[in-house]
Amino acid sequence: MSSTKYILGLFDDPDDMMHGIDKLQKNSIPIYDVYTPMPIHGIEAKLGIKDSRLGYAAFMFGCLGGTVIFSMVYYFLVHDWPINIGGKPNFAIPDFIPPTFEWTVLFAAFGMSFTFFYATHLFPGRAPRVMDLRATNDRFVIAIDAKGNVPHEDITNLLKEAGAVEVKHNDRKYVSYE
Amino acid sequence: MASHNESIIREPLVTGKDITYAKVTEDVLSPVENKPNKAWWIGFTVASLGACLWVFAVSYTFWYGIGSWGLNKTVGWAWDITGFVWWVGIGHAGTLISAVLLLFRQKWRNSINRSAEAMTIFAVICAATYVVSHMGRPWMALYTLPLPNQYGSLWVNFNSPLIWDVFAISTYFSVSLVFWYIGLLPDIATIRDRASGLRRRIYSICSFGWTGSVKTWQRFETVSLILAGVATPLVLSVHTIVSMDFATSLEPGWHTTIFPPYFVAGAIFSGFAMVQTLLLVTRKVLGLENYITMFHIESMNKIILVTGSVVGVAYLTEFFIAYYSGGEYEQYTFLNRFIGPYWWAGCMMYGCNILMTQLMWFKRIRTSIPISWALSIVVNIGMWFERFVIIVTSLHRDFIPSSWAMFYPTWVDVSVFIGSIGLFFTLFLLFLRVLPSIAMAEVKLLLKSSSEQAKKKLIDEGHLDKSQVEYYKESLINYDSVKISDYEKV
Repeated sequence: MSSTKYILGLFDDPDDMMHGIDKLQKNSIPIYDVYTPMPIHGIEAKLGIKDSRLGYAAFMFGCLGGTVIFSMVYYFLVHDWPINIGGKPNFAIPDFIPPTFEWTVLFAAFGMSFTFFYATHLFPGRAPRVMDLRATNDRFVIAIDAKGNVPHEDITNLLKEAGAVEVKHNDRKYVSYE
Repeated sequence: MASHNESIIREPLVTGKDITYAKVTEDVLSPVENKPNKAWWIGFTVASLGACLWVFAVSYTFWYGIGSWGLNKTVGWAWDITGFVWWVGIGHAGTLISAVLLLFRQKWRNSINRSAEAMTIFAVICAATYVVSHMGRPWMALYTLPLPNQYGSLWVNFNSPLIWDVFAISTYFSVSLVFWYIGLLPDIATIRDRASGLRRRIYSICSFGWTGSVKTWQRFETVSLILAGVATPLVLSVHTIVSMDFATSLEPGWHTTIFPPYFVAGAIFSGFAMVQTLLLVTRKVLGLENYITMFHIESMNKIILVTGSVVGVAYLTEFFIAYYSGGEYEQYTFLNRFIGPYWWAGCMMYGCNILMTQLMWFKRIRTSIPISWALSIVVNIGMWFERFVIIVTSLHRDFIPSSWAMFYPTWVDVSVFIGSIGLFFTLFLLFLRVLPSIAMAEVKLLLKSSSEQAKKKLIDEGHLDKSQVEYYKESLINYDSVKISDYEKV
């Protein structure tokens, strides 16, 4: 029994890597994840990752922000301490638009960003779970869970055929832990 | 991906031979991973001396009060608000580059957005310090927020543009910061994975554990796009509201409906000038000529020309409306800009912003680096004088001649202003040392399609229209980072 936990195919070209994904999938080898130094369009479709719903989050947070500040201003200027400014109406909606707009944007931006951090488990101090240190530099890495998968040699050959510059058999899942 | 090639008539966004993904990382990170060079130290020394001056002048203001400035009963706003509006305006270019150009899918933004956004943040910091120091008693800043208090509670007045401004500037600053930082995450992760020891630990904390997996990238792009979508109206609203600080008053010269669009155009104008000032030096000192190319410089000059002309039209409209309104106070204010005691400020404003910018119509000027740099400084100066003219020249002679007065800055006024420039450059130079000044991940996206080497390969393959190739080669002549002799035999 080999001690290999993960097999990594390292590519130096995104097109070769896409080719590698196709080859693996044609041979029914499940892909654990793919790590790239830049966003590569089309991988998410191949790996079956659904569209992000962060837009809905942004919209809801925006609505919340707008409602909160509008209600606050209404309470301050109309209910709690109405000021007589030349007899003009206290409920001066046009004047409420700028703060309402600003907080709509503020809540949408922050709400969405924090939802993004929460959903992708990003936070300051989180131990980076890196499988190969060059994946943030110049290598496009396909990671395959070695357990229960077809002979490792076959996977290695498939990746090499697709143009992988290097294939690693890692005994540890993450190299970034000290 | 590379299933289709970019048209050859588009100029390359990354020049140089043998630019690989690793080379991009090396080039961009070299100032971060190595000891700074002499130019950096000289710049940093000068800038931090300026920042010290700022600390001293602002402390002096807080100790002795606003009376240490040259303000008087008639001219109650002068260098402070001039500086504030100047810095806020400068900040606008960063958001414009990162948000508006992203929405328009302008790929040339990729190599300049990072430093432009950093510039935005530092400029807004400078602007915010002006507002707080103008309070004289900085702890009073708390009362601009709608917090419950022992006076009733007496709330802030949401009918006032000054309160809108508090909301606009604080929202703008924090949203810009989030936008900038999320964009930085992948690049901080790159530094982390190349570093060791303490550096690695620090960058590890800052990287939030970024790995570059498919799902994070996909979410990252969604977040960037939506942030760009909300930041675009935000940036327009911010300077609109800044202009309303003036436009909602009854002061001749301020009380005009043209102010919001006029201020927004002016802000973009001055902001791009500042980006140009910074990047032309940065690319030279840090050796980034391959990433910030002549195409970027010329594109920015074109934006400066367009927005400068918009500002020019706004100036003419102001004059016409002053004449057409028949209001004698309004008419006098505009005449006073040329025949009053501050005529020289008016000349600086109109000369620098309109006349000098029109030189940009000539391609030779747009593509000359020294002239572009000089003109960007001229625009920075002109835009400072614009705010000075609007504020001081309008205030010093308004309705009642008996209260007319002159404004003379004291050394504290001058020091706060020069100091704020020092503060800005200190922050910017520190940024260049610790964070990548170019968004590496985004530039890597351009390599396969928009780089000079990719286009050269296409030409070498020889299936392209001859006239288009000629056109392309001609466009490369102005590039200082391209050896045109490489193309002679092609």
